[in-house]
Amino acid sequence: MPDPFTRGAPADGSRETQAPAAAQAVPEVHFAPPATALRAQDNERRKESVPPVMELRDVSVSYGDFKAVRDTNLPIDHNRITAMIGPSGCGKSTILRALNRMNDLIPGARVSGTVTYHGQDIYAAGVDPIQVRRHIGMVFQKPNPFPKSIYDNIAYGLRINGIKGKLDDQVEQALTGAALWDEVKDKLKTSAFALSGGQQQRLCIARAIAVQPEVILMDEPCSALDPISTAKIEDLMRELAKIYTIVIVTHNMQQAARVSHSTAFFTAEVDDRQVRYGRLIEFDETDRIFTNPSDERTEAYVTGRFG
Amino acid sequence: MTTTVPPAERADAGPPSLRPSGLAPRRRIINRVAQVLITLALVVAVVPLAWVTIAVLARGFQILSWQFLTEDIPNSYRRHGPGMAPAIVGTFLITGMAALMAVPLGVFGAIYLNEYGKQKPLAQVIRTMADVMTGVPSIVMGLFIYTVVVVVTGEKTGFAGSLALACLMLPIVIRSSEEILRLVPDDLRQASLALGARQWRTILTVVLPAAISGITSGALLAIARAAGETAPLVATIGITFAVNPNLFSGQNTALPAQIFRNASQPFEGAQERAWGAALTLVVIVFVFTVLARVVVSRFAIKER
Amino acid sequence: MTTRTTQEKPTRPALTGKSGGVRGERLFSWWTLATGLLVLAILALILITTAKQAWPVFQDMGLRFVTSSIWDPNPASGNPVFGSLAFIYGTVVSSLIALLIGVPISIGIALFLTELAPRRLRGSAIMLVDMLAAIPSVVFGLWGVLVLAPLLVHIYQWIHDVVAPVPGLNTIFGEPIGTGRSFMTAGLILAIMIIPIVTSISREVLSTTPQANKDAAFALGATHWEMITGAVFPHSFGGLVGAVMLGLGRAMGETIAVSLVIGGATNITPNVFAGGNSMAAVIVQQFGESTGTFTAALIGLGVVLFAMTVVINLAARLVVRRAEIRVQGAAT
Repeated sequence: MPDPFTRGAPADGSRETQAPAAAQAVPEVHFAPPATALRAQDNERRKESVPPVMELRDVSVSYGDFKAVRDTNLPIDHNRITAMIGPSGCGKSTILRALNRMNDLIPGARVSGTVTYHGQDIYAAGVDPIQVRRHIGMVFQKPNPFPKSIYDNIAYGLRINGIKGKLDDQVEQALTGAALWDEVKDKLKTSAFALSGGQQQRLCIARAIAVQPEVILMDEPCSALDPISTAKIEDLMRELAKIYTIVIVTHNMQQAARVSHSTAFFTAEVDDRQVRYGRLIEFDETDRIFTNPSDERTEAYVTGRFG
Repeated sequence: MTTTVPPAERADAGPPSLRPSGLAPRRRIINRVAQVLITLALVVAVVPLAWVTIAVLARGFQILSWQFLTEDIPNSYRRHGPGMAPAIVGTFLITGMAALMAVPLGVFGAIYLNEYGKQKPLAQVIRTMADVMTGVPSIVMGLFIYTVVVVVTGEKTGFAGSLALACLMLPIVIRSSEEILRLVPDDLRQASLALGARQWRTILTVVLPAAISGITSGALLAIARAAGETAPLVATIGITFAVNPNLFSGQNTALPAQIFRNASQPFEGAQERAWGAALTLVVIVFVFTVLARVVVSRFAIKER
Repeated sequence: MTTRTTQEKPTRPALTGKSGGVRGERLFSWWTLATGLLVLAILALILITTAKQAWPVFQDMGLRFVTSSIWDPNPASGNPVFGSLAFIYGTVVSSLIALLIGVPISIGIALFLTELAPRRLRGSAIMLVDMLAAIPSVVFGLWGVLVLAPLLVHIYQWIHDVVAPVPGLNTIFGEPIGTGRSFMTAGLILAIMIIPIVTSISREVLSTTPQANKDAAFALGATHWEMITGAVFPHSFGGLVGAVMLGLGRAMGETIAVSLVIGGATNITPNVFAGGNSMAAVIVQQFGESTGTFTAALIGLGVVLFAMTVVINLAARLVVRRAEIRVQGAAT
């Protein structure tokens, strides 16, 4: 059985099988190596300059007449975890939802500027949002499995997207990739609601990766979970970043520091008409944001002086 | 093993296509077909509505005249010519009497459900059975009143018809009034109770006035519904060809009953009268329905 | 200068004891309870009094009242026979046709209102459905018998000719009756009449689908219809079943419109284009000329009809309530 964590088959046709670390049966809370060490490994890889998978240029999102987030410029790099942090109501989730055109579902929402995916503007005329969402998936704040069995939750995305391959294998792969397979392999046909909160969220992650996206957007995925589930999902994120590109919105600064490679800091500003809106203040490598930020507002937030 | 690798990683593929053409045509077609069918459903439902309305308007209008509204019903179905006054009078009297009985009782029942009973088991049972009662076939209500009133008193009267219609209206008034009472904000009740008023006084002087427009609207709709009912009247009111203003003695007739009788006659004259009566009935129902809406929008308690 | 006057003890406000209105309170609450209980009383009375009135016929016919298809109230010789099987058959067949046609339309309308309709259109669409409910059933019957049925005969004839060579289908779509008053026409009229109630309950059920599940489906790259089948239907299934059952109860109890268009024949046949009769319709048709035992038999039919509709309605309400509770629990 192919291991979802290998990048393609080795040339000689043999298969490497290694159990992903996150799928171990014994749940244990273990602390990741400090952020700086991880960064060093990754910075090596970045020496070959790979263009960002997605890029936001001068992106603003308005609801009706109200411009909620303004002038965002942000690259999303391949196989990295980009975190968006900042106090509530500063546009982080709004920008996240702009990345897969989920804002389209809100009447009156408009996006200006360009959001590109592999160079194509995803808001250009002629672009199908359904295709966009196939490649840029999303995991939500509160676990939201469908009222179906565990199997059918994963199978739903597979069926509608017509993904080739035996359904059973695909479902197993997705669940393994989300570090959930061992816990549910005997009860695939039972209701998804029978799972615990953390398991449901991992099910939602499995559901998202089953359709083989390239980018996974996560909107505060751990905020409704207990610390142990949170740790499991943070481990999972690190493994997933080897294959996918991840963008995560989080209120938890320490989480951003633990898992992400790059961090974007948003906060609120007030324009000349006394209207409060959100803005990206600073974007940099994570360790620099947390140890030596350029903007004083960033520093105030990460040192806990406000927010 | 390319199935596990995200699309952009495959050596051969360029950046993934975001055009609609990338979406399997089958999915697009199914989505479009579903949209069309769903919209069609509404259209299909509107067709009989329009058709019936136009038919009633066109055919009823032909026979509508002052004589139609004021003359007695010809006592032979063969005869052409107007006259539905007894039925019009009958409809107003019988439905009016039914409303007089059902509306107050229904409102008090709703007061019990929302103000006293709330979620207690007995209240739940009453609520469920009231819903069930709205589904009882109207003919059964007629048979019921026939058994307990007509058989006992020995004669068919307009009042018996009113009783049957009242049984029909009661659960409708109860449920709609309860919905309205539930919308009255609790702050009002608490303010009154905090001043030392008892619950009954609170209900009568604070809650009811706040709910009155909604309750009136619901009552008007129930009356409109009752005015159109035929089956409860068949077993209870008999028939008459002349106006009978006395509900308690002598048989009576009403518009729905006349429509029903005349519709099954092979004679043109009778059928014409049926259409005329139908138009009159539809107008009455329409007026009450519009009135119900006007009451709600004009007299509803404005938000603070 | 403080001259000490005798201190009067401050009178303590009485917090106990009956002040005015307690008796009024109790009276009022009992009165409202009584009106509420009226509902239960009437339902019980209906059952008891009508069953008592029909008892002689029940005793005489026994189970044959519902199993025999011979309905002969005025035989040339001997005792009348009251077997209502043909009418039960007619009720069931016309109601089934009504469901087959009316339910998809109703759910379609409900989907339109909750998923497709732009906000401005929603109010007018709801008003249209309400207007359909406001038309009295006797007016539908009048239109059905004088306008629709004569037209439908031609369509029935055409269908019959088209499927004539197909076995099975040609028995269901047999030779149409000349007047057009048949099971099929009754089913069609009933379909129109159950649309408002099935649509209304379906709409309520569909609108409770959690937005989170809809978002999840869209985020997976689903089209609108795929989202509906993936997120809305699984959530709403129980409630929709309840809505259908309510529609069934309404169809079975509908009296006047059916009696005008179903044909008035005591007839059990698979041919839906033939004339037949339903329980409610036969009561209303024959009540006027009935006397004595005949009347009692018709009342007995009413008892059976009452029992059937109460059971179906009760089951339907419970199904809808249980579906509501289940999805609320799941959403937390």
